[in-house]
Amino acid sequence: MDPARLLPLAFALGLAPLLLGVVNRTKAIVAGRRGAPFTQPYRDIGKLLRKGAVYSGTTTWLFRAGPVGGLAATLAAVTLTPLGGAPATVSFPGDLVLFAGLLALARFLTVLAALDTGSAFEGMGASREVQFSALAEPALLVALAALARATGGLSLTDIAGGLGAAAWAESGPSLLLAALALGAVLLAENARIPVDDPNTHLELTMVHEVMVLDHGGPDLALVLYGSALKLWAFGALLVAAALPVRTGSALPDAAAGVGGLFASAVLVGVVESTMARLRLVRVPQFLVGAGALAALAFVLVGK
Amino acid sequence: MTLLLVALAILGASGVAALAAGRRPRLATALGAGGTALACGLGLFPAAAALAGGPPEHVRAAWDMPYGSLDLELDALSAFFLLPIFLLGGLAAVYGAGYLRPHAGRRNLGLSWLFYDALVGSLVLVVLARNGVLFLLAWEAMALSSFFLVTFEDHREEVREAGWTYLVATHLGTAFLLALFLLLGREAGSLDFRDFGAHGPPAHAGALFLLAVVGFGAKAGFLPLHVWLPEAHPAAPSHVSALLSGVMIKTGIYGLARTLTWLGPPPAWWGWLLVGVGLSSGILGVLFALAQHDLKRLLAYHSVENIGIITLGLGVGVLGLASGAPLVAALGFAGGLLHVLNHALFKGLLFLGAGAVLHATGTREMDRLGGLFRRMPRTGTSFLVGAAAISGLPPLNGFASEFLIFLGALTGALSLPLAGATTCLAALAGLALIGGLAAACFTKAFGAVFLGEPRTGETAGARDPGPAMGIPMAVLAAACIVVGLLAPAGAGAIGSAVAALVPGAHGLPEHVQTGCAALSAATAVGGVFLAAAAGVALLRRAVLRGRPVASSVTWDCGYARPTARMQYTSSSFAAPLVEMFRGLLRTRLRLEATAGRFPGRASLATETPDVCREGLFAPAFRGVARLLGSLRWLQQGSVHVYVLYIAATLVALLVWRLA
Repeated sequence: MDPARLLPLAFALGLAPLLLGVVNRTKAIVAGRRGAPFTQPYRDIGKLLRKGAVYSGTTTWLFRAGPVGGLAATLAAVTLTPLGGAPATVSFPGDLVLFAGLLALARFLTVLAALDTGSAFEGMGASREVQFSALAEPALLVALAALARATGGLSLTDIAGGLGAAAWAESGPSLLLAALALGAVLLAENARIPVDDPNTHLELTMVHEVMVLDHGGPDLALVLYGSALKLWAFGALLVAAALPVRTGSALPDAAAGVGGLFASAVLVGVVESTMARLRLVRVPQFLVGAGALAALAFVLVGK
Repeated sequence: MTLLLVALAILGASGVAALAAGRRPRLATALGAGGTALACGLGLFPAAAALAGGPPEHVRAAWDMPYGSLDLELDALSAFFLLPIFLLGGLAAVYGAGYLRPHAGRRNLGLSWLFYDALVGSLVLVVLARNGVLFLLAWEAMALSSFFLVTFEDHREEVREAGWTYLVATHLGTAFLLALFLLLGREAGSLDFRDFGAHGPPAHAGALFLLAVVGFGAKAGFLPLHVWLPEAHPAAPSHVSALLSGVMIKTGIYGLARTLTWLGPPPAWWGWLLVGVGLSSGILGVLFALAQHDLKRLLAYHSVENIGIITLGLGVGVLGLASGAPLVAALGFAGGLLHVLNHALFKGLLFLGAGAVLHATGTREMDRLGGLFRRMPRTGTSFLVGAAAISGLPPLNGFASEFLIFLGALTGALSLPLAGATTCLAALAGLALIGGLAAACFTKAFGAVFLGEPRTGETAGARDPGPAMGIPMAVLAAACIVVGLLAPAGAGAIGSAVAALVPGAHGLPEHVQTGCAALSAATAVGGVFLAAAAGVALLRRAVLRGRPVASSVTWDCGYARPTARMQYTSSSFAAPLVEMFRGLLRTRLRLEATAGRFPGRASLATETPDVCREGLFAPAFRGVARLLGSLRWLQQGSVHVYVLYIAATLVALLVWRLA
């Protein structure tokens, strides 16, 4: 295999937590604070890995398997994710379906681990998570199908490779709509404002954070790293759609992709600082709206 | 083929022998279950051989029946449907031997085994028959034997009611099939399948197609003809539910597929219709499942959903044929057919698991269960595998078949002109929505039944069932994993079944190979997932070594004495989604609110009756009953009046003949 294809994977594994650091630093700066260092997520993960663990007597092996399987599924999804124009480690026709499937598997395991505790709060979070993701998944696939129709590619790598300046010139409006839909799905799937607030303190209003309340120590470290990877994977798709830098060689494309990713992290931070959270009953409308944008993008592709 | 006939003979013999041994339940069970398992084991060999590329085998014998002939054929399409029949038929029989034990002495088990054998035998005949009369007779035998199996516990009123609903529904469907075969036969001059469409596509192929969709759809459970499914499947004993849901409803799909081979090249609107039927059955099926409180009823609605997924696959396939896109056609048909097998595996597994829970606790109400994972670890693990598989998660078998349909729809969305592409996009988005909702529904079911703390005392004595019930579940769970990982290796078998489905089209098996190549890459990434999981698990173990690992109560935000009653129930878990789709579901809510300063008790009950049953069929049947009721004055119950009728009829006939 071409060693350059390992590049997106290596960047993801190494730099994903930094993305969270950038989001948090952006939010701090907009709020007028100095904020934690960029490397704070690494320190958090390191600290958690050095701790012991406490398990509820209600839980079974499924609770311990949740973070492990969740991280493994996210890792497998990252191997399918191109970085800007740089091809992913693995690509084949229809890999976008597997991408969605692996993230669904990670979610399935997280939700079951949450229900394993028998806690009302975690049940609440799990219930919201499955509701929102059931709507986010069609939006994601329709947006990717729109990009696929615009580029003629059947795999994430081919789609990303075809989204250069020429594609933007040909079907710009539809690519813009698809990128917007992808951005909305990114915010929803990664528990960001306006769908979920990663910093909230009230368990009753949480979605994703409340599902992992009972995890601690190394398990929580796996969860944190997994969510950083997931943000990276979605961010990489968004950058592939929105940033038409295609030099044809892997390293500069990947470098541009990393730059785009950090820019999108700044964007997420700005959105989080300037927007209020939607009421929970409004979230489905947000997601259905994203799906509608994606469908419009599909129809508008000029073919 | 000889082996198949031997298997059929063994089925018949074991059924009759079990009936004869009816007074001795253990002997009857041994004869019935043992004979079925033996016959099913034998039958698998010719089915596998036919799929491995063997030529179609034919048996024909004369029959006195007008227009009838004893005409049996084993081609790849029939063989593909025989696989789940024999696999699940045999395993469910073994399971039934353990499941029926508490009924020994109280019910006639010999009779039950006779009907079970009759059902398996008629299923086999349905997919082998190549003559209209023979097919319809086998179809009717299947309907009747399954009716008697459903009404096994006929001392319970709701079971009799469910059986009645089923009987009416299946015969309404058969009426359409009768019309279909008569029209086909009138044109072909015979009721032999090989004459259908032999001289070019029949006239009015569209009308014939519609008749087939309604007639076979009533058996398969297409919306809104599905109303018998959520009644009959929970009422039957669990091994029978597994067979009905996993296999019997697929004969509807088989019939539709077989009919497509006679009707010639399909126009595009057939594809649109099938995609529409698939989307409505799939989405509404899973939504109704979400709103249920009864575990087996939930599973029955999921059968409607999965039939929807299969139909989506067929629809994409037909659309591909109509648009001249063989790759799209091959992928759609291949995914739909593979899902037939996969659904038999995981739905059979889930019904058997639900039966084990019912056997151990005596209840199917999910909100009365909980915490069973620790008391029934083997059942729980099998059920978990089935739940993940039915949610279409990689690397299990449900993902493999849905992947092929997805890929077909995606290819269609990319390459077809806008009308076809939009239909394919709808299929794609619908599949994604169905997958997400199914995951929601099975996290709900598994979470409520197996996870958390027990909600009532009914779970106290629950234990894993014995080997007769345990082994079939373990085998099916293993099959879900194996088929998930090895599905690409079956590309040849799927390809030959697809080729039999579309006679005259060339190159489809090669396109199936293309799809399976992509699928094998996907399973390889599934392997990456498994390896990564093993690695992360080792890492976790390594960092926890020597560290304190303590046990405590669940963190309930500072509340120190959590009780089981504070847990989220299955109803509360599904409430946001049910609320979101309340316009479709029409859930009824009975709230007894608190009153006064020191409220005594409060209660909330929800119930989601079937909208199609309540809004469509119930009024229609009431109307028919009212119409026929106006003839009631003819039926006075008085013998004198009836004698008068006879005399009057005779006189009328005499007058007519003489005049």
